[in-house]
Amino acid sequence: MSVDGIDTNRRRFLTTTATVVGGAGAVATSIPFISTLSPSAKTKAIGAPVEVEIGELQPGKLKTVLWQGKPVWILRRDEKTLEGIKSLDADVRDPSSDEQQQPEYAKNEYRSVKPEYLIVLGLCTHLGCSPTFVEAEDGASHNLSGWKGGFFCPCHGSRFDLAGRVFKGVPAPRNLVVPPHMYLNDTKILIGDDSGVLS
Amino acid sequence: MMMRSFLIIILLLTGASVLAAEEAGAGHEFTADLSDQAALQRGARTFVNYCLSCHSAAYMRFNRMGKDLGIPDVVLLENFMFGTDKVGNTMTISLMKDDAVRYFGVAPPDLSVTARARGAEWLYNYLMSFYLDPAKPTGVNNLTFKDVAMPHVLWELQGFQQAIYVEETGIDGLPVKKIDHLELIAPPKNKPAAYQNETYEQTVSDLVNFMVYMGEPIKLQRYSFGVWVIFYLVFFLIITYFLKKEYWKDVH
Amino acid sequence: MSTATKYILVLRDWIDDRFPLMEEWNKHAGEYYAPKNFNFWYYFGVLSMVVLAIQLVTGIWLTMNYKPAADLAFASVEYIMRDVEWGWWIRYMHSTGASAFFIVVYLHMYRALLYGSYKSPRELLWIIGMLIYFTLMGEAFFGYLLPWGQMSYWGAQVIISLFGALPFIGEDLSLWIRGDFVVSDVTLNRFFALHVIALPLVICGLVVVHILALHEVGSNNPDGVEIKKHKNANGIPLDGIAFHPYYTVKDLVGVVVFLILFASVVFFWPEMNGYFLEHANFVPADPLKTPEHIAPVWYFTPFYAILRAVPSQLGGIVAMGFAQALFFLLPWLDRSPVKSIRYRGIKYKIALTAFTISFVMLGWLGMQAPTPSYTWMARGFATVYFLYFLLMPLYTSMDNDKPVPDRVTK
Repeated sequence: MSVDGIDTNRRRFLTTTATVVGGAGAVATSIPFISTLSPSAKTKAIGAPVEVEIGELQPGKLKTVLWQGKPVWILRRDEKTLEGIKSLDADVRDPSSDEQQQPEYAKNEYRSVKPEYLIVLGLCTHLGCSPTFVEAEDGASHNLSGWKGGFFCPCHGSRFDLAGRVFKGVPAPRNLVVPPHMYLNDTKILIGDDSGVLS
Repeated sequence: MMMRSFLIIILLLTGASVLAAEEAGAGHEFTADLSDQAALQRGARTFVNYCLSCHSAAYMRFNRMGKDLGIPDVVLLENFMFGTDKVGNTMTISLMKDDAVRYFGVAPPDLSVTARARGAEWLYNYLMSFYLDPAKPTGVNNLTFKDVAMPHVLWELQGFQQAIYVEETGIDGLPVKKIDHLELIAPPKNKPAAYQNETYEQTVSDLVNFMVYMGEPIKLQRYSFGVWVIFYLVFFLIITYFLKKEYWKDVH
Repeated sequence: MSTATKYILVLRDWIDDRFPLMEEWNKHAGEYYAPKNFNFWYYFGVLSMVVLAIQLVTGIWLTMNYKPAADLAFASVEYIMRDVEWGWWIRYMHSTGASAFFIVVYLHMYRALLYGSYKSPRELLWIIGMLIYFTLMGEAFFGYLLPWGQMSYWGAQVIISLFGALPFIGEDLSLWIRGDFVVSDVTLNRFFALHVIALPLVICGLVVVHILALHEVGSNNPDGVEIKKHKNANGIPLDGIAFHPYYTVKDLVGVVVFLILFASVVFFWPEMNGYFLEHANFVPADPLKTPEHIAPVWYFTPFYAILRAVPSQLGGIVAMGFAQALFFLLPWLDRSPVKSIRYRGIKYKIALTAFTISFVMLGWLGMQAPTPSYTWMARGFATVYFLYFLLMPLYTSMDNDKPVPDRVTK
């Protein structure tokens, strides 16, 4: 097609090619700018897996460590506590941990590798506040009746049992998250890395 | 005339290498070469064994070095890391600044970007030109960096050199003693096993190459990125050239 | 017409009813008529805009990781260079962009000297441009302190001390600029504020004004003739062509060529042998130890050479100030009826050649450590520099200019 000796087809073709190739260049240029905002080598180094010594932890006691800037709870549970967890199956929303809130190796009654130790992220699944550890005998001071020990979120009153399972009728929708972790030996765990664990 | 002035500007900018050439005490020529990964690994080994006890390299992460130089984490932990056990850490040292000042008179500078400040050739000459000087507290002086506070840390690899003087007539007509060259008088007796098969020149060359890498780790990759970018731009230039030509057919 | 195009047109009309979109587009691009005989020298305006855009974008990204504090700044730059993904690329673009900015701006200004673009009716356009150049120098100066290397520190120290030499107010003025008794954390913090927000705002504003002023009077051209004198029946200049598409596609070619050169520096020679990134700036700032040889970055060196050429401290500062201020007076110093170098007489050609050589040589001398012979050379070239301006009314009014054609030549 030609108007006044102008090859409009050629013009359109060149304009389109230039737009496409130039646009591709612009998109390619934007990729580094976008990836700049992702965690830097320093951030990743700080967020590296942490080793925790748990041999000293007494039954019924809670230890809090930081991993990737988030609190991780390590709770040592005795037989009585484990019994208590079992008895709450009817009161919690997801008793058998069907939702993906834990690695495969922690998908069990007590949501842990070893029943003795609970390892969960200390962040409420509702809006990210950090719940408080409330022992059974302190339940009354938080107006919790029939409390067998667990976690109570001060922000919106969500409650979790000692396996990190969320109770029915509270704002939090899901159980507490179990982070990837593994046992280096009987008294030492590595939080943030489970590459040595067979799933 | 306008082109001429333009050319002068270009010449001024590109002819810079001549002007930027640093004065090197011992007169060795040296150009960094980052293409030999094994050499960089050997340089890294020398660096962590001999430099990293007094000097830090606080911007260099062990795992970055491992990734760039092909050293796995296990090997890093085993052979390269003595002060820390986290591969994500940077090369810091436990020597406190105040202590360092007490020992050496000055704090040993961080070496992360020293190669960029001093240049590879300067570093090479510096490490080659320690010589015995009883007047100094460390027992050595340096041709490239006069009265440097640093002792000859690599003595067990190089041995000791002595300065050979010549007499010259100074500007005031009086004779002055001037260092002509350095001579190795005490070759190393018990070189560590790892260094048995290499000359001191090789060791220093590897070390300086490593320090050049450390000054700018991305240098290993940025040239190849550059080639792709230029390749794309030239391709785009061809398209835009024809686009312009097509439209400018209208202009008479 | 495809459906997509139809919807775009509907959207355009919807906006047009509420905002003068097409009106502005036509005014500044589609129906802005520029002389058809632009040559090589006419790329540098658009290239300045490209570099400005590069500096703004990379600058914003750098502030995401840079820390304006004396004990953190140097380390944060190395953090960007190593730990931040692609940080090195953004930083090199910004540091290369700083030098590229001055290269294209100097060439853009030189174009005005060649073709008399500052002459009536473009005096105000020229003055706005000079204001941009001045702000840009401030922007570069403030930015150069931020890496907090030895050159950053001592460069700032020297320049601020210049103000200290002014009579009566000098001491207080330099103290006020620094906000401290020496260049310090306080100085760094305020320079950061000026560099990342205050001056960029001023520059962007001035650039808009510069372009508005340009489109009001119309572009000059290598022949220095006014294309508006000859219009067709529709009021379109006979020697004018629409900026879009003719100059958008032409400038695109120029921009891509520029980007090839720019990328070459960024990827292959980011230090430019110490001209774009100075070696001494890889040593953290040390208030107790001046580097052996300090020189400003290349784009300041012509004026630095003039400063050093004058034996008295105050005299040097005054000379340096004049060397820059005289540019403002160009439209009134130049008495020639002819704009373009093509039709000027031999006197202006000689003067401009001498000025060009002087400027380049002063730039070179400003980088060298001063020796007596260099100082005398600098004095000679500085004299030529000033005579170019001061004698301009004389040699331009008695020059044997050639007749200027009525229409642009091809």
